[in-house]
Amino acid sequence: MSEIVLKVENLHTSFFSRQGEVKAVDGVSFFVREAETFGIVGESACGKSVTAMSIMRLLPEPSGQIVEGKIILEGTDLVPLSKKKMRAYRGRMISMILQDPMTSLNPVYTIGDQIGESVRLHQALPDNMVEPEIISSLRLLKIPTPETMLGNYPFQLSGGMRQRVVGAVAMSCRPRLLIADEPTTALDATIQAQYIALFQDIQKKTNVAIIFITHDFGVVAKICHRVGVMYAGKIVESAPTREIFKAPRHPYTSALINSVPRLEHKDERLYSIEGQPPSLLNLPPGCRFAPRCTVATGVCREEEPPEVDLGNDHTVSCWRVK
Amino acid sequence: MADVLLEARDLTKHYPVTRGILQRTIGWVRAVDGVSFTLERGKTLSLVGESGAGKTTTAKAILLLERLTSGSILFEGKDLYRFSRSELKAKYRPRVQYVQQNPWSSMNPRMRLRDIVAEPLTANTTMTKKEIRQRVIELLEHVGLNAENVDHYPHEFSGGQRQRIAVARALALNPSLVLLDEPVSALDVSIRAQIMNLLKDLQEKHNLSYLVIAHNLATVRYMSHDVAIMYLGQIVEYGAAERVFEKPLHPYTRALISASMLTLPEDEVGQAQQIILTGEMPSPLNPPSGCRFHTRCPEAKESCSRDIPQMVAAGEKHMVKCHHYHS
Amino acid sequence: MVTNVAVKPKRQYRGMTRWGRIFRNLGMLLPATILALLFITAIFAEWLAPFPYDETSLPERRMPPAWMEGGSMKHFLGTDNIGRDVLSRAIYGARVSISVSLLAIAITASIGTVLGIMSGYLGGRTDAFIMRITDIAMSFPALLVAILIAVSLGPGFFTVIFALSILGWSGYARIIRGEALRIRNSDFVAQAQVIGVSPWKIMIRHIFPNILNILIIGITLSIGTMILAEAAMSYLGIGIPPPMPSWGSMVADGRNDLDRAWWISTFPGILIGLVVLSGNFLGDWIRDKTDPRLRRL
Repeated sequence: MSEIVLKVENLHTSFFSRQGEVKAVDGVSFFVREAETFGIVGESACGKSVTAMSIMRLLPEPSGQIVEGKIILEGTDLVPLSKKKMRAYRGRMISMILQDPMTSLNPVYTIGDQIGESVRLHQALPDNMVEPEIISSLRLLKIPTPETMLGNYPFQLSGGMRQRVVGAVAMSCRPRLLIADEPTTALDATIQAQYIALFQDIQKKTNVAIIFITHDFGVVAKICHRVGVMYAGKIVESAPTREIFKAPRHPYTSALINSVPRLEHKDERLYSIEGQPPSLLNLPPGCRFAPRCTVATGVCREEEPPEVDLGNDHTVSCWRVK
Repeated sequence: MADVLLEARDLTKHYPVTRGILQRTIGWVRAVDGVSFTLERGKTLSLVGESGAGKTTTAKAILLLERLTSGSILFEGKDLYRFSRSELKAKYRPRVQYVQQNPWSSMNPRMRLRDIVAEPLTANTTMTKKEIRQRVIELLEHVGLNAENVDHYPHEFSGGQRQRIAVARALALNPSLVLLDEPVSALDVSIRAQIMNLLKDLQEKHNLSYLVIAHNLATVRYMSHDVAIMYLGQIVEYGAAERVFEKPLHPYTRALISASMLTLPEDEVGQAQQIILTGEMPSPLNPPSGCRFHTRCPEAKESCSRDIPQMVAAGEKHMVKCHHYHS
Repeated sequence: MVTNVAVKPKRQYRGMTRWGRIFRNLGMLLPATILALLFITAIFAEWLAPFPYDETSLPERRMPPAWMEGGSMKHFLGTDNIGRDVLSRAIYGARVSISVSLLAIAITASIGTVLGIMSGYLGGRTDAFIMRITDIAMSFPALLVAILIAVSLGPGFFTVIFALSILGWSGYARIIRGEALRIRNSDFVAQAQVIGVSPWKIMIRHIFPNILNILIIGITLSIGTMILAEAAMSYLGIGIPPPMPSWGSMVADGRNDLDRAWWISTFPGILIGLVVLSGNFLGDWIRDKTDPRLRRL
């Protein structure tokens, strides 16, 4: 088993607003190994993006705060770090890719400048070594004619190419952990397939650990080794990808998978989950999924279920699973 | 004889690209280039393709939000461009409605729910206020919404609820055809199933025809009777959904299906390998010569860059535009 | 389990306390209060003013304000060169300023909004035509035109209104047109077109309610401009004719006495500045508050 790069322990992140405390992330724990891709799947407002922002310590202040928990990156807990120390980590040890390629790049700077910014900030290289370093990042993302690309501006590139440049910026300092927040959602299906294959290649070459946030199960199946399913601020099930699809243990996981139409055959009728996710200001007592769960029992509505370890990296939080 | 509601013949839309003070036309964006299809009453036809394929432009042309460069749209056998303005308002508009992709921007944020759903009625009928109110409540219940909230504003509803409101509004005038532009892609995964099920139920109940614009193949398979795969302004494969998905003939269709399958890497052993296309969709300003797909086609031959393929029949209710297929 | 609270959560961060809220809203409360006071003064001038605005008292002329040597509580802000009470004239002057400005704003905003919406939504030749007229209106020197009008029509209340309105609508037309253009491209407008709603109904029901934000901001910011414009006209002698006081004409009256009776010009001048500032601050505050890009938690 390769070593663990990131370990998140009991993370609690809340937003403090006039209406009260929004518990966006309420006790989330997971880990990611070297050269492994951990997927975080969930619907809107489940807390997946907030988890990513918490790890990067990029929460909007003063309303967003990490209230409790540890984020241990290769032995160092990131939560108590000062802003200055955290900046040294960002870009160098951890990096992030966001969803919208159209706005992730600064339109008035060239590609070379934008990748160069990261390189110059985090690596102490003599001036003549900076450009080759930038070009090697572009090559890693299989961007054609990297020398010409240096002088290009974002508006000259298509969405798929921009997302590759964003990837090049993120990988320019060869971080140990890459967080990708819905990077393929805005891309076309065939471009998405290219992009995913590219990231698998990069992972093989650099051993980077990846956290891949998405709501698309097709993407999860292709790129993730392990998956965590989030609902209303908690991870309800976490397992190797195969098990999540073939043998899900949490009712939400199976309901979610069943509500996605499959291309392999024509579904007669899709399963649809009744109701809506709970408001994070006003969480129901007990298991958060209980109001919508078809197999909920009495204890489900009273107490939150503990996390059960089923072995083989498979954990579930459900009273029905022993 | 199939009951054809809408027929598109050779739809073409070219946008001029101008330059200079004198606005000289230096080129044409060939957004839609010779698209033909038929839609039967009570059935669903999906136009599938990636961005730049021309599906939105086609939809806009059918809704008369854009004017075609050439080609004709026949509604119940009559050419739309021959309808007079009053005929359009009386006979076309009420029968053809629109549900948009984005449930947040498709409603006036300053209008209350009851006014939003009532608008088609107030604009086209002479119903009294009381009758309209009655009908609005009927429509809301029909789509599974609680009629108590008629006085609320759009932002007070969730995405899924708003999409239901959009559907209620579309049904107000008892249309024959509803054009749905990516109706579920902006919604959460678990809500999508709710809306798709609702749409199917309504189709059965009212014998509605749907023209669906989509890029998600799995959604398309679930909802459609017929499907047209579009690439760079043209239809490359067209036919009954079951046939196209069971036996895809065009290399692009196969690539799309491969990209959309939910298969675990371990399961791929034994099945067809993943098809990953190189490059990106070329610009419609300058489409490739011959077959437009040849620049990315894993099976391209030399002749593919020269000769333009024709649409040929490939069995019952299945047509394809590719040199590799000989009937 | 050992809890590791790395950052002390400020569960009640400063912005949320009661004082925090008041402080944040000060940007609105202060100017709004000032403008509200102005409004009340204008309406109840007869009851608030200790003296009629045209009552002269030559023995008491050029009396300094109450807190200075030689002043008295009878004439709190002093008297002008023919003994009229400055405070009373300032109070009546508020009525002039308010009525002229509000009327002029109402006229210019209405014309500008209608033209702007038509221009933005209908496009094509209508747009080109309206915008050319707007350009012409904007390029005329407003003050010269005002003088011309005053000279040809003779001074008076309606002359001033006319002079302020004839060109003032162009600013509104411009900004409303921009908003209308943006809204015209919205999904819900396309929806209305597909439903078969007529263009006029679309402009009234869909475009207009959504430009209200910009309109309100524009109106608030115009308060200052209009008051200043009216004051300028009155200062030059082409505004509201005497004996009705306008802050502008009061400033003009005290021009020659700046060295020995500075209060005649200064107090009306301060009032002008105060009201203009309040209008501007309020307009800025409204604009910031309604900016959709600022996410509020």
